[in-house]
Amino acid sequence: MATPHPSFPNPRRDFFAKASAVIIGAVTLVVPAVSGLLLFLNPLRRRAQAGDAVRVASLKMLPENGEPRRFPVLATRDDAWNRTPNVPVGAVYLQRIGAGEVRALNVTCPHAGCFVDFRADRKHFLCPCHNSTFALDGKVLDPKSPSPRALDELTVEIRHGDEIWVEFRNFRPGVKERILA
Amino acid sequence: MKAPTNWLDHRTGYKKLLHETLFENVPGGARWRYVWGSTLTFCFAVQVITGLALWLGYSPGAHTAWESVYFIQHEMWGGWFLRGLHHFTAQAMTVLLVLHLMQVVIDGAYKAPREVNFWFGLLLLLLVLALSLTGYLLPWDQKGYWATRVATSIMAITPVVGPGLQQVLVGGSDYGHQTLTRFFALHAGVIPGAIAGLIVLHVYLFRRHGLTPKEPRRKPDAPFWPEQVLRDAVACLAVLAVVLFLVVRYHGAELDAPADPSEPFSAARPEWYFLFLFKLLKYFPGGTEVWGAIFLPGLLLLVLAVLPFLGKWKLGHRFNVGFLWAVLAGATLLTWLSWKEDNGNPDYLSAVQAARRDAERVVVLAQSPTGIPEAGAVTLLRGDALTQGPKLFARNCATCHRYGGDDSLGGQPKDPPSASDLKGFASREWLAGLLDPATVDSPRYFGGSKHKGGNMVKFVKEDVAGFSAADQAQLKQALAALSAEAGLKAQSVADTRDAALIAEGRKQLASDAMNCTSCHKFHEADENGGAPDLTGYGSRDWLVAFISNSAHERFYGTHNDRMPAFGADQKLSEQEIGLIADWLRGEWYVAGTR
Repeated sequence: MATPHPSFPNPRRDFFAKASAVIIGAVTLVVPAVSGLLLFLNPLRRRAQAGDAVRVASLKMLPENGEPRRFPVLATRDDAWNRTPNVPVGAVYLQRIGAGEVRALNVTCPHAGCFVDFRADRKHFLCPCHNSTFALDGKVLDPKSPSPRALDELTVEIRHGDEIWVEFRNFRPGVKERILA
Repeated sequence: MKAPTNWLDHRTGYKKLLHETLFENVPGGARWRYVWGSTLTFCFAVQVITGLALWLGYSPGAHTAWESVYFIQHEMWGGWFLRGLHHFTAQAMTVLLVLHLMQVVIDGAYKAPREVNFWFGLLLLLLVLALSLTGYLLPWDQKGYWATRVATSIMAITPVVGPGLQQVLVGGSDYGHQTLTRFFALHAGVIPGAIAGLIVLHVYLFRRHGLTPKEPRRKPDAPFWPEQVLRDAVACLAVLAVVLFLVVRYHGAELDAPADPSEPFSAARPEWYFLFLFKLLKYFPGGTEVWGAIFLPGLLLLVLAVLPFLGKWKLGHRFNVGFLWAVLAGATLLTWLSWKEDNGNPDYLSAVQAARRDAERVVVLAQSPTGIPEAGAVTLLRGDALTQGPKLFARNCATCHRYGGDDSLGGQPKDPPSASDLKGFASREWLAGLLDPATVDSPRYFGGSKHKGGNMVKFVKEDVAGFSAADQAQLKQALAALSAEAGLKAQSVADTRDAALIAEGRKQLASDAMNCTSCHKFHEADENGGAPDLTGYGSRDWLVAFISNSAHERFYGTHNDRMPAFGADQKLSEQEIGLIADWLRGEWYVAGTR
């Protein structure tokens, strides 16, 4: 490309100058770049946090015939710098499955994360995005459904005879296993 | 190996461009004095990189700006370092701009045919200063908020267009969300875009006319690459080293307490390189500020702009160089005067200290289990007893009372104390001093009040003074019991430990032997009045009620000295009285507790 300039008769000095210029120039830009990259990657350090069980509803709010009802889950929400107590962080379907026993399903479709509807007329759950259907217990109804797993069931605890407490969790969509999101 | 580069070259012609870039002729060979332009380009690149990264975390809004910057600074990976890099590189840029300008003028690089490029350079200088001004506000902390208020108010005194300009920039008549969205758009989009474009033009014209060599030339001509590039790289490295030193030395950029229009901030100052303009304003009496703020700086810029024409005149170049040195010396002098005045001003220094205190406190509160509410971090300090207590005390109580000998902020009110010193109020030590014949009528207790000759002082100086050792022991128990009524946090360990002693003391308090209940009430319906009820003495409820109305029959009744009924007369809000009570009782959030 370029012939050595006549002002640099010494090729070793010429090489040294070129190498130093490139190295020093690179170093000066690496510092801000790495520092910026670290901030960009900061979200990776946030681990999924499993909160305590929260009170979602009372038994008498659920119909005796086992039909699911939807309830918002109120908990403390940590959103970057804000901490807000007692705000909706998600929703669950609750249904009676026996005397004093309740099943809780996360409303999020395990396929792509859409909000599933309960179709009272057909007694199943329907995802509005890709038409996956789920039985009352959350199982995938259609063998050709794109959903990799059943609706996510959550741990329920009945306290003081009437209070329904749920360990609310979100799981990673699109995979067979339940992995905390 | 050649094939891919040739393929790309045929389609882009990059080799020719690279060749032109690298083999630009440097007349007289590489020299250190030519590095300034490159260091500035380097700084701009650093600002773009760090600025974009900060953008990832920043949220412009009156309830989110400070909070997101706090999050960057204290929670994100290397956030403090990134902020520091951006902050100090900005300062370096200003210094380098001045050095570049000086070099260009001294070397005569502004003369024909380079006039237009000189003007581009001046425009770049102004745009970088505009970046600095807009960036100062973005953290929405007290310093940035008040300094920017000053800057935009100065702008408003510009004849004719000033008020409109200010309103457009601020996004309305008051400072808020729109001020931040606008400043952010200017700071991160409009101005950097303009700068990038101007840099391209600046470099294009520089290449078109070539470098202005410093005569005499020491060596034969040489290409830009590699000797001059190496010098430029080393200079950039040196700039970075200085910036890194400052970042580590000051642990990144400062973040003051969140902006609060209701909280005075006497420590507000512009960035140090604007101090000379700030100081200049002080020499213009009211009504003539426009000369110091607009016309004089405007005239200076005008002279700078016509330097190329002045340079044509016989002694023009000398005048130009002299003018620049004179301006620089003047600005330095004004900066130094301003700095000296501030550092000799105890009010300013204590304001700086108070600002630092608030800045540290709000971080402790933000990291508490309660965290930052959606209404913003400014509410944390407003509701914090440790922050508000001393301010409220100094403003409302310290005309008569003292706290540890002063007004609790280190100031000394002009009148001597006429009521008790409330530091440690209701603690065992405080009560022991009150019941001590040697101190009860000292200024620390009743010495300055009308109670100096009252029954309590008489009781202590006559009865207590004659107490036997057994009586003294009983008094000690009684005082421990009385102090336990307050339930002070600092004494909780002692109160639990001494439960038996306190139970005994409660009996003493109620007994006739101690004689307390002949004036005071203690856990019983008694008609005795004229002295404060000792039931729940020093507790939060007791203190709030006392501050609200000390002339209530539960307390001093008609014997009340000068103390205003702060609550009953609505001199203070319920919240403010609560904050004073909590602060006096030592009730505030301590880092690491729940």
